[in-house]
Amino acid sequence: MACVEQILRHSPGFRITVFGDETHVNYSRIQLSSVLAGEKETEEIFLNRLEWYRENNIDLRLGVRITGVDAAARTVTGDDGSITTYDKLLLATGSSPLIPSIAGVEKDGVFCFRNLDDTRALMERARPGVKAVVIGGGLLGLEAARGLQLRCADVTVVHLMSTLMERQLDARGAEYLQRKIEELGVNVLLSHNTTTILGDSRVEGVAFVNGYRMEADLVVIAVGIRPNVELGRMAGLVVNRGIVVNDYMETSDPHVFAVGECVEHNSTVYGLVAPLYEQGKVLAATISGHRGPRYQGSIPEARLKIMGVDVFSAGFVQDNPPSVESIRYEDPSLGIYKKLNIRDGKLAGVILVGDLSDSRRYMEWLRTGEDLNNKRRSLLSPDPAPDGGANVAELPDSEIVCGCNGVSKGAIVSAIHERSIRTLSQLKQCTRASTGCGSCTDLCSSLLKAVAPEFEEDKKKVLCECVPFPQEALREMVRSQKLKSVQEILDIYGNGAGCEVCKPALSYMVDMAWCGDHDEDRSARFINDRVHANIQRDGTFSVVPRIRGGLTSPTELRRIADVAEKYSVRMVKITGSQRIDLLGVAKRDLPKIWADLGMTSGQAYTKGVRMVKTCVGTEFCRFGTQDAIATGIELEGSLENLYTPHKTKMAVVGCPRNCAEATVKDIGLVGQEGGWQVVVGGAAGKRVRKADLLITVETTDKALRAAHLFFQYYRENANYLERTYDFVERVGIEQVRRETVYAPPAAQDGLLDRLAKSKALAPDPWLERNQPRHQTQFVQIQPMETVNV
Amino acid sequence: MSWIRITHTDNVPLREGRAIQLGSEEIAIFNLGGRFVAVGNRCPHRGGPLADGIVAGDSVVCPLHSWKICLDSGDVVRPEGESACVLSYPVKVVDGVVMVRMAAERAEAA
Repeated sequence: MACVEQILRHSPGFRITVFGDETHVNYSRIQLSSVLAGEKETEEIFLNRLEWYRENNIDLRLGVRITGVDAAARTVTGDDGSITTYDKLLLATGSSPLIPSIAGVEKDGVFCFRNLDDTRALMERARPGVKAVVIGGGLLGLEAARGLQLRCADVTVVHLMSTLMERQLDARGAEYLQRKIEELGVNVLLSHNTTTILGDSRVEGVAFVNGYRMEADLVVIAVGIRPNVELGRMAGLVVNRGIVVNDYMETSDPHVFAVGECVEHNSTVYGLVAPLYEQGKVLAATISGHRGPRYQGSIPEARLKIMGVDVFSAGFVQDNPPSVESIRYEDPSLGIYKKLNIRDGKLAGVILVGDLSDSRRYMEWLRTGEDLNNKRRSLLSPDPAPDGGANVAELPDSEIVCGCNGVSKGAIVSAIHERSIRTLSQLKQCTRASTGCGSCTDLCSSLLKAVAPEFEEDKKKVLCECVPFPQEALREMVRSQKLKSVQEILDIYGNGAGCEVCKPALSYMVDMAWCGDHDEDRSARFINDRVHANIQRDGTFSVVPRIRGGLTSPTELRRIADVAEKYSVRMVKITGSQRIDLLGVAKRDLPKIWADLGMTSGQAYTKGVRMVKTCVGTEFCRFGTQDAIATGIELEGSLENLYTPHKTKMAVVGCPRNCAEATVKDIGLVGQEGGWQVVVGGAAGKRVRKADLLITVETTDKALRAAHLFFQYYRENANYLERTYDFVERVGIEQVRRETVYAPPAAQDGLLDRLAKSKALAPDPWLERNQPRHQTQFVQIQPMETVNV
Repeated sequence: MSWIRITHTDNVPLREGRAIQLGSEEIAIFNLGGRFVAVGNRCPHRGGPLADGIVAGDSVVCPLHSWKICLDSGDVVRPEGESACVLSYPVKVVDGVVMVRMAAERAEAA
């Protein structure tokens, strides 16, 4: 489509029909790994929306595969039976995954990693505990492996060769890469030739030539790609490995053109994205009657897109003395490896691992053939740029900023001026810069900031301006970077200060991610969570003790009454959640009141487990079918003191009459003859929503287990301040079921283990009356001198 | 007017505030890490206790309705355009003791 965009620019007069066998509009294929890794949403990688096709009068036929070309009649035939005539035919058929001759590749659980459907299928299957084997240790295989591993699968990369990414790296560079990959928790198995995928109809393992076998629930084949040349053959074109084109991107038929991964130019087939854009420009000129610009080949350039594993390779990188001289730099502790290959005083190839800061400079040397004889002393140690702004200013206008789309600095600057662009998304739309691999996004932003008079940050769905990342990305950063305190996150990813929006959210995130084993920072919590009471409009607090299941006793009621009188509590109120609220308490009295009550915190002040409301159930009610009170008390006891993304209200009712309103609670258990319905995502507050059925089970134990699974799943996957009813609607109850009650046993155990771990580290917060977090937590400080003002 | 000895620095935890009654005035002292600041404790909006707010850089956010007050000037930063402010007091630390000067920097806004 990049090529079609160029054609439209040259000559808007064409009537264009686009056929594609995928059912989605065009998307950035190289960003599929970011989708798999959870760093990007699917919607973010789409390039041209349906409206764009309409606006440009392009007839888009999605899901139609072209099965025949008649070059003499100038028609193409689609698998929907359609026959379409053409004046000019553009083949941009790309490539397909190479499937090696391994027995059993048709089994359920074997995937490729090539298109959006593959990616979605992998996202469905990859879950905690799943054993995944990725066959192929190249770019794609490693990116697939990291994506699966980020989804908590147990991943092994199996590679036929003795080093990873052997086409882009030398042996030493590959060692550095391997170490980083293994540090991330991905296993690497080299020199292993897979012969068989084991299992009946489903994958159970893989076997190798040397007889070794390993277990697997999921196999991804990513050994390479081959150009799709079938249509070229049908059209009678000259085809070698790819469809042969000349410097004008013309095939052997004057009416047929080809571009991208399916073509062979000057005996070279590029399995990379960047050449495609250069080719597209040339082709657009040729096809629209401006034959002149020539395509003269591209320098192969590869960049591994794994967060934290920086690998860049371009040009000729293997050792080949005496014609090529290799210059190396290594720092094993920092994991940095750089190698420059010099031929005839010019850069022939470069490998960078662990530090890509100079990749742009080296790429420019490769493109221009810069004479390096005078630079020999500073090849690997450039003068540091004083700051980002100066760096941007120093770039020549001709310098390519976006290598994927071939957009120069000059083109970006003039677009900013001519179209009064002020945001990065406008710049993307207008110039396409940074819509490919995304590695130039920072540079584009710096250019915008420097040049656009009214620069504005894009409004992303980020947590907060202080830490401008989506919550999902932050959760991943917290885990992968092992961040245990709010301040660390703010220092590394944010402005160092934080605010009342992000600090409580990050507090929740570190607590949840480390199951309570984090560095608690009370200054990042709202006042309610510093003193475990709910602040009122006059600065006093309310006290709600936990009364599990709403079940109390005369003694307890008497004690509550005594406390209310002793501390002159201004209001005593029965709450809507079957509890008692003591209102108007001074901060300094809180510890004493808690001690006198001798009850635990009801957490009525926090985004956490509120209560489990119950009806009287079988104990007294003549209609009751299940023991609602005992079950409610057990449920409340098993979850109390835990923080949740937003408040969590629960109820257990003994029969479908639903007296405690379980169907409008975040989690509800509805007793029925012979079992329970477990419902989730209900609400009766700002919104009213009937809960969705999670599962129906026969026993109380199973009902509690289902509630626990959902509870922990919500804790781990909802955004801060997202109630269950929004969460369930966003994710969809089907997926919630798949990932909780219908998840594989290992995944369920994982959820329950983490819940148990969190629970063990979540004591009654009111115990801080005896061991305050800070000496003045509840104390009114008295000045050291008296003042008469 | 004179400097008044208030409390030991370690009585005010990092990035938190504490309220102190000084005669008829109630002030909030904050530990911003490396320096302490003091402002009137009552939010000009509805009188919320600023000492109980979350510190956001050099500002504090009132726990009641999230008005944001600059801790150096006492000015309301949010909502924008709001001319109300709280008093701010000069603070110094001597021998581990936070001291506040009681003469207000400027008259209370109307």
